[in-house]
Amino acid sequence: MAEPVLSVSGVVKTFQGEGDSCPALAGVSFSVAAREIVCVMGPSGCGKSTLLRIISGLDHADSGSIQGISGQGGHGVSAAMVFQDHALFPWLSVEENITYGLRLSAQEEQKEDLPQRTAELLSLTHLDSFARSLPHELSGGMKQRVAVARALAIRPSLLLMDEPFSALDTFTRKELEDEILRIRQELKTTILMVTHNPEEAVYVADRIIILSERPAVVSEIVPVDIPHPRSPTNPEFIRIRELVTLKCRGLPGTPRDAGGDRLSLT
Amino acid sequence: MVLISRQALHEYGKGLAVIILLLVAWETAALVIDNNYILPSLTEIAEVLLHPFQPVLGGESLIANTWVSLKEVLTGFFCAAAIAIPLGLIIGWSSEVQAYLNTSLQILRPIPPIAWMPFAIAWFGIGIDSILFIIALGAFFPILINTVDGVQSIRVRWIEVAEMFHATTFEKLETVVLPGSLPRIWTGLRVSFAIAWMCVVAAEMLPGTTAGLGFLIMYAYNLGQLDVIGAGMVVIGIIGLGADMLFRMGQARFFSWEGKD
Repeated sequence: MAEPVLSVSGVVKTFQGEGDSCPALAGVSFSVAAREIVCVMGPSGCGKSTLLRIISGLDHADSGSIQGISGQGGHGVSAAMVFQDHALFPWLSVEENITYGLRLSAQEEQKEDLPQRTAELLSLTHLDSFARSLPHELSGGMKQRVAVARALAIRPSLLLMDEPFSALDTFTRKELEDEILRIRQELKTTILMVTHNPEEAVYVADRIIILSERPAVVSEIVPVDIPHPRSPTNPEFIRIRELVTLKCRGLPGTPRDAGGDRLSLT
Repeated sequence: MVLISRQALHEYGKGLAVIILLLVAWETAALVIDNNYILPSLTEIAEVLLHPFQPVLGGESLIANTWVSLKEVLTGFFCAAAIAIPLGLIIGWSSEVQAYLNTSLQILRPIPPIAWMPFAIAWFGIGIDSILFIIALGAFFPILINTVDGVQSIRVRWIEVAEMFHATTFEKLETVVLPGSLPRIWTGLRVSFAIAWMCVVAAEMLPGTTAGLGFLIMYAYNLGQLDVIGAGMVVIGIIGLGADMLFRMGQARFFSWEGKD
């Protein structure tokens, strides 16, 4: 594996409530290599989003470390996040939303050629003819494209996505999954994505990290070694999807010893 | 963008029908009562309104008096906005500041601006400064409250997006908090403009003023000229309506995104 873009080790997070405390992450460790797409899955409420928020710098870990190779972010990684609910600014046009990050003082060195960069991003996400539209004039899928373009605008070394397509209909979701694969191809982007959809994970990911129930630790890392484009009817695809589904329910999957030390997936 | 749709025209038509009905009722009542000191007829009021540049009751013209009041309203209104908007942004943003100021502001808020008049006269003397103080005071609270409300209705997620791109605190205020709360601020301005109009008329009725619609109404009252009072009231009503329409048009033009997300 190439030098990791992101290296998470022993991340612990406990939420302090009124009188009681709620442990969310109990020592999560993994790393993500350059150009990799890694999906994070796990039982609902297990702390996937918390993990992503900590990596993005929106939240802080109680202990453990997050290290990256480049960028200007809080802990070395320049990461940009795409939220589940797109979180676009409703008063800004598509174009203005996309360049929002670039226009802030923190991204000073990216200012070189704003109009050209905007044009690039609009065409990358097929939004050219909607540059001046307001978010509420767009469909759900298009809003999420804008959110992706906004995140990519600052050329992050890591793109974080928190259940980015879960609010979309099946067809739009498929389309955006292909889009993500294409963007990775074109921009060599490294992507860490939380999803609760096993099919989505197997379709896009190089590896799937499965977290245990709260407080979460990494319970399994499943490599997905199927060439793209992947067909959901491919037996291997089905096998991994079923395995991941079982793991996320917290039930035992295929016995570990059946295929040696690791699950035999190739 | 079409500002007045077919349906809106239809709505205006309904509103207009009621106005016509009220005018007919008024005129009929005036004819029956036939006493200028109880109910002046519409023709007499119209007579005053149709000659807006002629001196009224030996003083300034209707237009000149209106202009005086309008200038006072705008000055007081802008002073109020200049203080209330930044203060509202700070109070809405910082729960610490809100904890310090909220109780005092809630105690001051229900006091009618006119109740301050004796103090205003004591502090600023008789005349324009006292009037401006009263107007600004009346306009201040609706703007402040709506601004605070606007800031607090900002979605946390928007702030997080700014944080994700490492925005400074000032940038968060400038690029997220202010634009995000503008629709509510606009509502506050709209409400407070109407209050400012009420305040100006009331404040001008107090001794020491020499011009303005409130002054004109009080002066006409002393002379028993109810038609002039009626004309003054019509002008106040029409300007209020016009301002409200402008605010609504601004709302439709600039804040169509509000609540659609």
